[in-house]
Amino acid sequence: MENYIEIARKTLLNPAEVSDRELDQLLGKMIGKSIDYADVYFQYSRSENWSLEEGIVKSGAYSVDKGVGLRAVSGEKTGFAFSDDLSLEALTHAAQSARGIAQGIGSGRSGLLGKGSTQVPVRYSGDNPLQSLDEDAKISLLERVEQEARKQDPRVKEVMVNLAGEHNVVMIVGHDGTICADVRPLIRLNVTVVAEQNGRRERGSFGGGSRQSYEFFQQDERALNYAREAVRQALTNLESVDGPAGTMTVVLGPGWPGILLHEAIGHGLEGDFNRKGTSAFSGRIGEKVASDLCTIVDDGTIENRRGSLSVDDEGTQSQNTVLIENGILKGYMQDLTNARLMGQSPTGNGRRQSFAHLPMPRMTNTYMLSGESEHDEIIESVNNGLYAVQFGGGQVDITSGNFVFSATEAYKIENGKVTQPVKGATLIGNGPDVLTRVSMVGNNLELDSGIGTCGKDGQLVPVGVGQPTLRLDEITVGGVVV
Amino acid sequence: MQARSIIQDSGSANPDLANAVVYALEFAKRMGTSGAVAGVSRTSGYDLTVRMGELETIEHQNGGGLGITVFMGLRKGSSSTSDFDRQAIEDTVRAAASIAKYTAEDSCNGLPPKDRLVSETADLELDLPWQIDRDQALEIALSCEETALSSDSRIVNSEGASIGTSIQDSAFGNSDGLLVAGRKTRHSIVCSVIGQTDSGMQTDYWFSASRDPGALDSPQSIGAMAARRTLRRLDARKIKTCSVPVLFEAPTAGSLLKNFVGAISGGALYRKASFLLDSLGQQIFPEKTRIHEQPHLKRGIGSAVCDDEGVATETCDIVTDGVLQKYLLSSYSARKLGLETTGNAGGTFNLTIDPGDRDFDEMVKLMNKGLLVTHTMGFGINQVTGDYSQGASGFWVENGEIQFPVEEVTIAGNLRDMFRSLVEVGNDVDYRTGVRTGSILLSNMAVAGE
Repeated sequence: MENYIEIARKTLLNPAEVSDRELDQLLGKMIGKSIDYADVYFQYSRSENWSLEEGIVKSGAYSVDKGVGLRAVSGEKTGFAFSDDLSLEALTHAAQSARGIAQGIGSGRSGLLGKGSTQVPVRYSGDNPLQSLDEDAKISLLERVEQEARKQDPRVKEVMVNLAGEHNVVMIVGHDGTICADVRPLIRLNVTVVAEQNGRRERGSFGGGSRQSYEFFQQDERALNYAREAVRQALTNLESVDGPAGTMTVVLGPGWPGILLHEAIGHGLEGDFNRKGTSAFSGRIGEKVASDLCTIVDDGTIENRRGSLSVDDEGTQSQNTVLIENGILKGYMQDLTNARLMGQSPTGNGRRQSFAHLPMPRMTNTYMLSGESEHDEIIESVNNGLYAVQFGGGQVDITSGNFVFSATEAYKIENGKVTQPVKGATLIGNGPDVLTRVSMVGNNLELDSGIGTCGKDGQLVPVGVGQPTLRLDEITVGGVVV
Repeated sequence: MQARSIIQDSGSANPDLANAVVYALEFAKRMGTSGAVAGVSRTSGYDLTVRMGELETIEHQNGGGLGITVFMGLRKGSSSTSDFDRQAIEDTVRAAASIAKYTAEDSCNGLPPKDRLVSETADLELDLPWQIDRDQALEIALSCEETALSSDSRIVNSEGASIGTSIQDSAFGNSDGLLVAGRKTRHSIVCSVIGQTDSGMQTDYWFSASRDPGALDSPQSIGAMAARRTLRRLDARKIKTCSVPVLFEAPTAGSLLKNFVGAISGGALYRKASFLLDSLGQQIFPEKTRIHEQPHLKRGIGSAVCDDEGVATETCDIVTDGVLQKYLLSSYSARKLGLETTGNAGGTFNLTIDPGDRDFDEMVKLMNKGLLVTHTMGFGINQVTGDYSQGASGFWVENGEIQFPVEEVTIAGNLRDMFRSLVEVGNDVDYRTGVRTGSILLSNMAVAGE
């Protein structure tokens, strides 16, 4: 990570002509009596986005964003200010604003900087993905994906392909003078198609992403497979019929349907809600909240995953946190503030959308471990139910525990067999209750393809989910056939 | 420097931002681009939050960005940055020009027609700062939350009360000589509390938001409303699966209009990704329905003299007697469809559905028996097909009266059918956002429960 700290200095501090001595004095202004914690978060982010539709790459966009967020924490109080100007004058002004949360003035103590730096294992390469392909190759990748979608079936009428990449350099300077840096790549490619048959139109969408170079999309025909999968979904939906309304047995396929876990239990186990006692899971550590078959973790350490982090946005090393073990609630996801206030250890879940936002406990990659059952055995066990394999988004009310997730590809299960495709429907359940109804867990854990984005208090961060095939004995399905 | 007159949509404009736009456009011209659009904005203000009677956070905002799109003949490229100095502006223009070398020629690219650009300054009174200091803001937030917390012993916890106030300066121009600049303020008070009984916890919130601090509801009334809305959700239960009339409470009914707006927007139409293709001149709603835009309302949260491309906005009907009068188009989507821009690049401006004569209680009476929906959840809306399936909570209504709170159910149908089945719009209009509607009663939806 030394290397990253040097990169961050060169990218962030040197152009702004902020010296170590000045940064040191700045910290001195922020800390002092009644301030428990303070940090300065520098960020330099480059991103791009290329879009193809109607067979041509119509638009491209490139952004450079840089800025600094300064935070001072006193007990449960937090003062925060940010600036997109990195000059010492702007930093000093922001520090005063952030510091205003506590009474008194900074101690002026200095000589802190460089007292330590965090050495942690790196979970992805720091190379800039935007430079991993030249512009012509990016265009050509989009065009090949489009052609692949079109050649699957003449019913494909519209194809939209989007390629996005981001390279983020962050540097976190803690009040104790420790410095930590991370360099984070993030890429995403998405294909949406509209297919038409006898005047009926349906959509299919698929994509993936990672924290590595764009070559990821070229390996194993990955991007072409996204196109094939998007078309398959659209054609399947052309055959779909109105779905059932009511409570029934639902089998969820492996991978992305793990959005169930993100909504049903993930948010409810974030430290802030539990410290405040506003979550339906508050005060329930050690209690049974799922069937014995369920073991669920939040793991930020998986190499190159969209939701992974080497360090979180407060400089805490990412880790694999057990949330639920054999049905028993084991732990919460924490950032520094909530961990300190709850007397627990931080878990590397302190994340923020950017320098202009305050960090809070957020998920990384949340998934359920494999069980014993074969996928087919789970399907065969159901007489009459629903098999849901693709989903749009989800949402949760953490206080009541009610959550939804919306299926975009689903089938009836009749007498142990997957039959007719049905139209998309929203599923609704209650977090502390739904996992007690998991009666079979497959031996086929899959992580999603790298497409998740989670929103909380208006802040978006990339996340991952995953699960094996699951049987839920009972959940409410929002079809139209009453 | 080319002579430009600045068009303003409020009393004041920041000359630094206008200068940044002019410089970006000039530099784009020097780079040999055939056309360019530039916009800058900067927001300053703060959000102050109290929770359980104590100050919790103060977040100071001070940031902005510059975005530019350049045209090289029929190709275009875009770039943005958080920096406004000359070097950053030049780098950003260069990045956009570089992208335009790689994008394909698109005959529909270009600036909007000159004769449609906004040409007159109007004072829409959007710049109304809130003259309070930190201690006053703290006092307002504390009093708001305290009203909620002390209103009932079942209110046991809080997610806090917040005061937000911000000033947004912006400037926007294009290479056809357009330069628009203005300043908008936005102020809000929000409160969210938690109630508990033996059956569990529920939360709800209430907020007031306006460009005009004098138009905000009192902090006490916001706190009281947050508490009342939370308490009425306690002991909610599921209901049996059924097919019944559904009444969307006004704050939730706006989402139906947003679904309608999405389906008649140029982007969805030219991509043939809408369930309302070829619907111009067709009966979409019942005959008495009128939906219109009021872009020039003084102090309106959704007011603007021009759209995101600088095309003058106009007061007009979108739906008259239930019949669709116009799509919502930008200059690009208009060219794609062989039509003219409607001044809706970026959306609608104070979209309004005309209310009927009934207040909320009379709307509940009119429904007689069915589901009153106060919250929807989820992403189960398919814009291509109109299929609609969302999580919902609210109240069971029978004999024209609210009976008990309902949760963990879904409501489903198809938006085309739902629009046609609109029975009545209440006069309990919610003015807090850019979509103005009262409660909306639909004759029938599938409700999935136990």
